[in-house]
Amino acid sequence: MTYLAKSPWLIHYDASSCNGCDIEVLACLTPMYDVERFGIINTGNPKHADVFVVTGGVNELNRAVIKNIYDQMVEPKVVVAVGICACSGGVFRECYNISGGIDKLIPVDVYVPGCAARPESIIDGIVTALGILEEKRKNMTNVPQKSADNSASHNQNNQSAGGTQ
Amino acid sequence: MIDLILAIVFVLVAPVIGALVAGVDRKVTAHMQGRVGPSILQPFWDVGKLFEKEKAVVNETQIFYAVCYLVFMVFTGALFFAGGDLLLVIFALTLSQVFLALGAFAAYSPYSYVGAERELLQIMAYEPMVILTAVGMFVATQSFNVSDIIATKVPVVLVIPGIFLGFVYILTIKLRKSPFDISTSHHAHQEIVKGVTTEFSGPTLALIEVTHWYETVLLLGILFLFFGWNPLLAVIAIIVLYLLEILIDNTNARVRWQFAVKSAWLVALIVGIINLAALYFLSGGVP
Repeated sequence: MTYLAKSPWLIHYDASSCNGCDIEVLACLTPMYDVERFGIINTGNPKHADVFVVTGGVNELNRAVIKNIYDQMVEPKVVVAVGICACSGGVFRECYNISGGIDKLIPVDVYVPGCAARPESIIDGIVTALGILEEKRKNMTNVPQKSADNSASHNQNNQSAGGTQ
Repeated sequence: MIDLILAIVFVLVAPVIGALVAGVDRKVTAHMQGRVGPSILQPFWDVGKLFEKEKAVVNETQIFYAVCYLVFMVFTGALFFAGGDLLLVIFALTLSQVFLALGAFAAYSPYSYVGAERELLQIMAYEPMVILTAVGMFVATQSFNVSDIIATKVPVVLVIPGIFLGFVYILTIKLRKSPFDISTSHHAHQEIVKGVTTEFSGPTLALIEVTHWYETVLLLGILFLFFGWNPLLAVIAIIVLYLLEILIDNTNARVRWQFAVKSAWLVALIVGIINLAALYFLSGGVP
């Protein structure tokens, strides 16, 4: 086991979740489950994160945000879809404004179903993701950096962030 | 010769001690919050992980500033542990901190900018007290050289208790502990205050973490000077003070930067200046 699997930092994004799964994700950080035991830190910064935890399905408003967060994350990275909405769209699957699960937009590595997903299964999903993260690191042989992509997403980030200041 | 050896020992050993202190810090923090917490070796794993990540930077200049931050921090610490001039140590330390702020300014990002501005405000807040500490050391021991201060038989902390208290106050800012973790924080990971390190990632962020380890050891070294006449007491005092910092960190909410600057200056003015003035008058006007 390398350092990567011992220190996974994750970023949690609420796509269009009802907050049920988000509460369960945050419950993992509480003394009851304490994921920091495994070195897991819930960071708010995609540039520091290794694991992208998404709850809720993709809709037209958050499409760009999910893509942006994913693009800003540094390789190696994995995506964990938490909750049935993130896996497949769930009960909102047929809604006019929902495209479906997160895998409609970005590659998902681990699916954690449930409504809401239980903290135990979320932790299990993230630990499974660590194995995939390790595999990705082995296959990562000096990937040339997509500078065009990164700068584009970065500028976009500035614009959207600048507006909220 | 012994100076050089001490400097080399600092360069090699300080990151290990700094990381262990950070690990114990996280463990104690977790226990205070009723959690199990990560391993004491967690900071090593974090930095090891960061070095395994892809090298991605927003701006090449960032790497230069991050390396300068590290190099000047190592230089500062080496100078300190070699028994150099305390004033030079303090100015080199400030230069190092400024490089971190410049590194954050180098990336075109509002979050990074806010962090860098807050970092500069923090420097502004603690700097008067740091300089007063050097002045206090001189008044107590008649020397700015760390080697002389450490060799003195004067119980420094009893001569300049006010300056000691003031230094402990700004230590909270220097160690980036709540309530003064306004530029970046080790706890509030989901906030804008990830600030100054927002745009650093992978190996570059690892350099900054390593620099923090060096800085922690340097700061604890400055604490040691106050108790230099009795090394055992010094070590006990450092442990007690660090645990106190962790307690303060876990029991206080973050304050606004205005309060941080005003209170740090007020503390420096009241305890620092009064302490120096009292010493001046007690000695009959002869410094």
